[in-house]
Amino acid sequence: MSDMRELYQEVILDHNKKPRNCYVMDCATRSADGHNPLCGDVVKVYLRIEDGVIEEISFQGEGCAICTASTSLMTESVKGKSVAEARGLFEEFHEMLTGVAEEQGVELGKLQVFEGVREYPVRVKCATLAWHTLNAAMDGDDDAVTTE
Amino acid sequence: MTTPAVTATGPAVLDVERVRTDFPALHQESHGHPLVYLDNAATTQKPLAVIDAVRTFYERDCSNVHRGVHLLSQRATVAYEQARTAIKNHIGAGDSREIVFTRSTTEGINLVAASFVRPRLEAGDEVLISTMEHHSNIVPWQLLCEERGATLKVIPIDDDGDIMLDQYEELLSERTKIVGVVHVSNALGTINPVREMIELAHARGVPVLIDGAQALPHFAVDVRELDCDFFVCSGHKAYGPTGIGALYGKREHLLEMVPYQGGGDMILSVTFEGTTFNEPPHRFEAGTPNIEGAIGFAAALRYLDAHGLDAVAAHESQLLTDATEAVLAVPGVRLIGSARYKASVLSFVMEGVHPHDIGTILDSEGVAVRAGHHCAQPVMARYGLSATVRASFALYNSTQEIDALVAGLKKVREVFG
Repeated sequence: MSDMRELYQEVILDHNKKPRNCYVMDCATRSADGHNPLCGDVVKVYLRIEDGVIEEISFQGEGCAICTASTSLMTESVKGKSVAEARGLFEEFHEMLTGVAEEQGVELGKLQVFEGVREYPVRVKCATLAWHTLNAAMDGDDDAVTTE
Repeated sequence: MTTPAVTATGPAVLDVERVRTDFPALHQESHGHPLVYLDNAATTQKPLAVIDAVRTFYERDCSNVHRGVHLLSQRATVAYEQARTAIKNHIGAGDSREIVFTRSTTEGINLVAASFVRPRLEAGDEVLISTMEHHSNIVPWQLLCEERGATLKVIPIDDDGDIMLDQYEELLSERTKIVGVVHVSNALGTINPVREMIELAHARGVPVLIDGAQALPHFAVDVRELDCDFFVCSGHKAYGPTGIGALYGKREHLLEMVPYQGGGDMILSVTFEGTTFNEPPHRFEAGTPNIEGAIGFAAALRYLDAHGLDAVAAHESQLLTDATEAVLAVPGVRLIGSARYKASVLSFVMEGVHPHDIGTILDSEGVAVRAGHHCAQPVMARYGLSATVRASFALYNSTQEIDALVAGLKKVREVFG
């Protein structure tokens, strides 16, 4: 049970229940679709990028608590950041979930709550789907990304 | 081979505790809890009778079939062909030559699509399947229809998960070249009225393929009584090894079917000018087959028969009734699939919690279930869902395991509120 509380931390449960920035953005300059074919999770990320800065970000989608909370927290943490900073954050986030390195170059802040996902390899993709989709949107990639 | 755990007198009742001793994999811990294996619709655990049959083949009879003049090859050939006969007997076919060994149910369907339906399918023709098919009984037909300019038609189901027979009758037409329907839905548990459906199709001269993957472990199947044209199944869903399946096809169909794959064993003679193909079933078994798989498959069916499928069905039916009641008593749980006749498959969702989160929390309690779309996305879409939790029961599951499932679901409620 204590293990489950480590995975499903209060912040995650809160963002799952009340996802932030969850709306269709009419004035988006970029968007991308993400799909995890293994479990059927889908997410669409909308961006309004001006002068290389993510001025506005939102999403729509359906997925498990890890996926939904990760997407919601991602939108909060990259809003106002440059595209390059967002990519750097994804690298750090990915490293936290899959890597061996103990040290972190960038402060992950609230995203740290997903550290417990490390222990559940099959759920790592739930946490990273949103980020892969964000990357695709920033690349201007029209093809839907998948976790596979 | 272990003695069947059946009581000596009276109606056959499964002695579950004894049955469990036949399955080594059940006796382990998962995340510090006794393993509660409720993912049997994905694959079943294997009894010692199957493990021993496979081991014996490798320890004693290992060689290729239908080729060698030497003793081991003769023994392997006999064991392989006896396995074919065992499968024939189990499903009530009349002739061993009507049993083709395949890799899986999926391969059986692809084989029928390629060798039986493709040559007779023309532009404008129709293939008829149901809403509750597994992807394996959808995609092969989609590919074929696309290639031939034919149309894939779908029989609707009602909210309970029953096929709408009146709609089915209307969809059957002179353009229908085959009906492909699942005997037992892996996602809903529905047992379809396949006998009636076959009769209706035959009245219009339409052949029928039955996807029997989920039927085989749960109740007795008699292909001659059903009068199906094809019946496909897999070993691993019925306590046998993975990588082996069987296709039953009426002899008259198999005789006129073109080869599926080319290679060794499916030929009588080969020159560079041309090849004479072997008779069925060998015509459809190119290459060295999964010999130990076939032997293990037959051992699994013998194991099931030793217990008596009626006893198995009665036990599983009681488990399903008890589990349905217990799971529905957990706040926020909604059953998906409440057909009139069901096999021991319990699909459900829980308000406010995604099936994957339920699956992870149950797993942390040692309870193995499936969470997802069950390779049947169209039926999920029919219910407006992307996924469900599925607990599926086998002959070795106990009522205590239902308690563990329910306790796990209560943990889910504790975490998610």
